[in-house]
Amino acid sequence: MTTPSTIFQSDTKESTVDFDHRRWMQGALRGYENTRSGTEATFGDFEAARKTAAAIKWDGIEHLDRHLAQFADNLERRGGKVHWAGNGKEAVEIILGLCREKEAKKIIKSKCMTTEEIHLNPALEQEGLEVVESDLGEFIVQLRAEEPFHFVFPAMHLKRDRISSVFQEKLGTEPSDDPEELTMIAREVMRRKYCEADIGISGANFAVADTGMISITENEGNARLTTSLPKVHIALMGIEKMVPKLEDLSVMLQMLGTAGTGQWLTAYNSMIGGPRQPGEVDGPEEFHVVLLDNHRTALLADPEQRDALRCIRCGACLNVCPIFKNIGGHSYGTTYQGPIGSVITPHLRGLQSWKHLSYSSSLCGACTATCPVKIDLHHHLMRNRRDSVVEKGGKQERWMFRQFSNLMSNPRLYRRSEGLMRVGAWLWKPLKGTKLDPLKAWTETRDLPSPARKSFHKQWKARAKEPTR
Amino acid sequence: MTTARDTILGRIREALSRPSHPGVRSLAGDGIRDVREARHVLPPGGETEEERLGNFTRLAEKLKVEVHLATGQLEVGHLLKKLKEEGNWDRIASHRSVITESQVPSLKLPVIWTDDEPGTEALEVCHVGITRCEALIAQTGSVLVTSKGCGGRALSVLPPHHIVLARRDQLLPDMLAGYDLLRDTYGDKLPSFISFITGASRTGDIERILVLGAHGPKRLTVIISD
Ligand code: SF4
Repeated sequence: MTTPSTIFQSDTKESTVDFDHRRWMQGALRGYENTRSGTEATFGDFEAARKTAAAIKWDGIEHLDRHLAQFADNLERRGGKVHWAGNGKEAVEIILGLCREKEAKKIIKSKCMTTEEIHLNPALEQEGLEVVESDLGEFIVQLRAEEPFHFVFPAMHLKRDRISSVFQEKLGTEPSDDPEELTMIAREVMRRKYCEADIGISGANFAVADTGMISITENEGNARLTTSLPKVHIALMGIEKMVPKLEDLSVMLQMLGTAGTGQWLTAYNSMIGGPRQPGEVDGPEEFHVVLLDNHRTALLADPEQRDALRCIRCGACLNVCPIFKNIGGHSYGTTYQGPIGSVITPHLRGLQSWKHLSYSSSLCGACTATCPVKIDLHHHLMRNRRDSVVEKGGKQERWMFRQFSNLMSNPRLYRRSEGLMRVGAWLWKPLKGTKLDPLKAWTETRDLPSPARKSFHKQWKARAKEPTR
Repeated sequence: MTTARDTILGRIREALSRPSHPGVRSLAGDGIRDVREARHVLPPGGETEEERLGNFTRLAEKLKVEVHLATGQLEVGHLLKKLKEEGNWDRIASHRSVITESQVPSLKLPVIWTDDEPGTEALEVCHVGITRCEALIAQTGSVLVTSKGCGGRALSVLPPHHIVLARRDQLLPDMLAGYDLLRDTYGDKLPSFISFITGASRTGDIERILVLGAHGPKRLTVIISD
């Protein structure tokens, strides 16, 4: 039977033996770590800044009902329209409804992981709409018809030759091994698309309660064009994006830039509050915000793990994660990869189907140490493990652990078993790695050390008998 | 009838009625919540005007922004003329404001004023967009623009070269001061679009190699006069 867990196992088996790719990824992420630590050093007190960022987002989450209501009222006062979607399907329906109402044919999108979460693109395409991703990395993975590899750097797994060949194939352009030339190809294609598009769809990095604005962080300018040129702008965002005050962004934007890419601020940090206002010369005629729950309230109801909703999707925890570095983003099979994905996916999509992600961690805590909003990531992985066992622990597993604890707490039994273990190891040797090997999953790619010839117990005893020197 | 809004807000209230686990609460418990009191934990803006100018220039230039300091409007004019000749401009996009109107017409080129709502196509063919700004931010080397004060949303992102005409007294220490200025200027009628522009448009999506001019301007020039 294929389940998310078996797919995960076979995918990781493939990705972990691709040493070239692993080296390439690690090189790329080392670059990130170096620039980031340089930027952190310019802060007056980076650790205190993390605490402030955590406090701001916590404030947003702890009074989420109030802030969301305030956000919606403020935005509607400025002519924006707010839609509330309980789940992904409802959000898709709302957006499709708007497209039909506007008789739209062409859609331009700027990067929005939430649209991946609700599978918006396939739904739009099924309606016969043309959908173009304008972020360069997203555009590349869209042309290749694959999922983003990393929710901040979607195409980080591709070298330039692969990008050049997909451009040749899909856009009919000349081959090139120059990143600048390749970028300019995308720029040219996209310029036409912005002008033709009927609707621009974006995400939001933050939403501000007291002014009714969304905030978008980007480097390329594609989100600015997407939200400026088409007549209609639709923004899709999870309800957890809320910060209470506009001024709070003065901290959050710098934290997002620093943790996300190592830049102290990305090129464009734009706040959008409504459609074109009186006295303005351009901008969309309509601005719609779709607020998405999709199980976020279930995570909010968890008194231990609701701080995971503070996440600002900076991607830092992926960049430092030894598991991510080795298995890569596609193996996760989730919209949100890496540690944060492993923490929240079980809440969003079912604990039993996704609990395996909580086990694929070395619990080193690098994610928790780097998170700009101080989410207790690696402990949450342990809490997920615990919850999955409490909810549905295997009888066999429980029996084994009981035996293990008996063995370990009973010295006499323990000493006896030492001898047994040596016999066992000797009997097992010829089976190692074969079909009959009960430990096959582990020993196929690893060696099991043979037990020491003389146990510590015995050595200690022998030593005690020796005359002291 | 309950609306979707009521349903979701109801779910949130119910979720929040369960108090947070004390261990989790402590994770955020000891941070400075008030951003005004947390100013010193962020990168510094600079105490004096000299320091601010130094910080702004250093950070902006790191991002390949061309920063020029000009004494008086005459020198600004000379700088613009030089840029015009180097760039072979044949038309300019701009907007009406004191500082832009004092310079743009004397370049003697056709001007597309966004105040006349020329449309995207007309703006797209301009080589250069010249705007004022709301403020310059020393802390981050950013230019603060808005749709109300700086010629709309498209002017500062569509043309391949963005030139900002600023005055020295527009230099603010940090982003927080930028927000304060916007509240003072516009009250509760904030512009529909506000952006901190920090360097030219760029991408690192191909092998993390920096390329300027991904979708927005390839070049950003800031001319600061006294
Ligand atoms: S959990 Fe923290 S580090 Fe990971 S993406 Fe979210 S904010 Fe960034």
